[in-house]
Amino acid sequence: MIEMLPADGLVIVAKHECHTCVLVEPVMRSLDKAGALTVITQDDPAFPSGVSRVLDDQQLERSFHLKVEAVPTLIRYEGGREVGRTVGWDRAEWTRLAGAAAEGEGLPAWQPGCGSRSVEPGVQEALIARYGDPGLASREIPVGEWDDPIEACYERGWSDGLPVVPPTDERILRMLGGTDRKPAEVVGLVPPNLAPCTVEKVAINAVMAGCKPEYLPVVLGVLEAALDPLFVLHGLLCTTHFSGPLVIINGPAAKAVGMNAGVNALGQGNRANATIGRALQLIVRNVGGGLPGGMDRATLGNPGKYTFCFAEDESDPDWEPLAQRRGIAAGKSAVTLFHAEGVHGFIDQKSRTPEELTRSLAMGLFGVGHPKLCDSGNAVLVLSPEHYKIFKDGGWNRRRIEEELYQALKRPGRDLIHGAQNVPEGLPASMADKIVDKFQADGLLIVRAGGPAGLFSAIIGGWPGQRVREECQAVTHEIR
Amino acid sequence: MNYSSKLRDPTAETSPTRRARLAPPPSLDGKVVALMDIGKSRGAEFLDRLEGHFKSAGVATKRYRKPTNTKVAPAAVMQTIAAEAQLAVIALSD
Repeated sequence: MIEMLPADGLVIVAKHECHTCVLVEPVMRSLDKAGALTVITQDDPAFPSGVSRVLDDQQLERSFHLKVEAVPTLIRYEGGREVGRTVGWDRAEWTRLAGAAAEGEGLPAWQPGCGSRSVEPGVQEALIARYGDPGLASREIPVGEWDDPIEACYERGWSDGLPVVPPTDERILRMLGGTDRKPAEVVGLVPPNLAPCTVEKVAINAVMAGCKPEYLPVVLGVLEAALDPLFVLHGLLCTTHFSGPLVIINGPAAKAVGMNAGVNALGQGNRANATIGRALQLIVRNVGGGLPGGMDRATLGNPGKYTFCFAEDESDPDWEPLAQRRGIAAGKSAVTLFHAEGVHGFIDQKSRTPEELTRSLAMGLFGVGHPKLCDSGNAVLVLSPEHYKIFKDGGWNRRRIEEELYQALKRPGRDLIHGAQNVPEGLPASMADKIVDKFQADGLLIVRAGGPAGLFSAIIGGWPGQRVREECQAVTHEIR
Repeated sequence: MNYSSKLRDPTAETSPTRRARLAPPPSLDGKVVALMDIGKSRGAEFLDRLEGHFKSAGVATKRYRKPTNTKVAPAAVMQTIAAEAQLAVIALSD
């Protein structure tokens, strides 16, 4: 495009909506009379009036190639090369570059310009995608002229069943703007295919999931946690059990991206909750190759395998948040991943003391997996505000609740062995004389969330794969 | 085909961008072949001949027809074919 500009002369990039550009309109007319002037106009081909050579740049291609950041920008060319440039209105600079015709009699000596339309939010990425080199390594997939890109994504098997946002270059570039990590950086190997997953691939799948760019650091943190060998993502994917990854976010990142820890925290309606969890599942599907019916052998699965992600309610300073309980420093953001089946509602509207509620919660928690099993996975207890208030009013903090529940979840083995209570399912007969824990000592993860009304909490059962603690656990990672 | 837009591949790029065609079945034993008349002239004549060949080879066939050759087949017709047959022959033109 440079050949469309004069090899020698002046170029001014302007827009009509800029007061400074309007202010210098007489100067542009004066320069036009004095010599070779080209005005590149960003928003109104009729502006400036009275100038013989005005190039319409509503598509912003020229502004993009000239790297214009503010208007008016005055550029001087000699022999086809740029030899000088100034931004805004500055009489001294304009006359230095353009001579006496740029005096602007009656104008103030100086006035700042406005931002170029080419650098407005989101525009720069679109212009790079259209006119520049996006610098993306992932291969291009052309979409036919009459094809719907959303349907094209379905046809290629990139969707979890719901529509995905088509990953265009400009969307991917905007997403990558959410992190300062390099697109080519490998985050890890994603099972089941152990495929290298770059930051760029994470960004593409985050676009498809519907994430905003500011969610990307959280998504990257979630993926890094999911790839911790102790989380056993491969096994979680392959299992015939219901479970999939549950994502719990703590710390300032949750607030920063507007996650929901309140009303309907485990349900629909919050973009960050919905799309961060979905992004992880799409990465496993698309990068790792984990497809239902392929390596995903779930007998039934659960709806949380579309997305299962929420934030903890950290509004009570007396409450020790889950991430801090699990070793993350206060004030840091963190993700906890748990192998989760669906949400099991727990109702208790009669308990009024911590002791009563503990016994009652234990009854509900015994049902995880099977009431007679004690090696069928751990659990997350999502304590609602009204249930938490009972504990708090009784002076119990997190540690006390955990300890009391741990004690309440012990039972005599004789009630749980094969055939006991006339039910074949159960523990080996050798356990009959033992006192048996329902969960491992640190196997019950308590997290606070939910709306202000309702004496309901949620029990989220775990995965039998957790029974070998050294091999498989919930994991908590700081979000960088 | 003219391409008007492009997407970036979200996968590990271990398979071709163009999907491979389904391989033909090794045998027609036990299969039902859909014979689809799209409504062009003499399409039915072509399918009659094919039907005769399939019949003499012991292969079951079922006949289907689009209401008009000017529009794509209604979803109900395509769903019926998918439910009742494993292969399809379309009498594409006259």
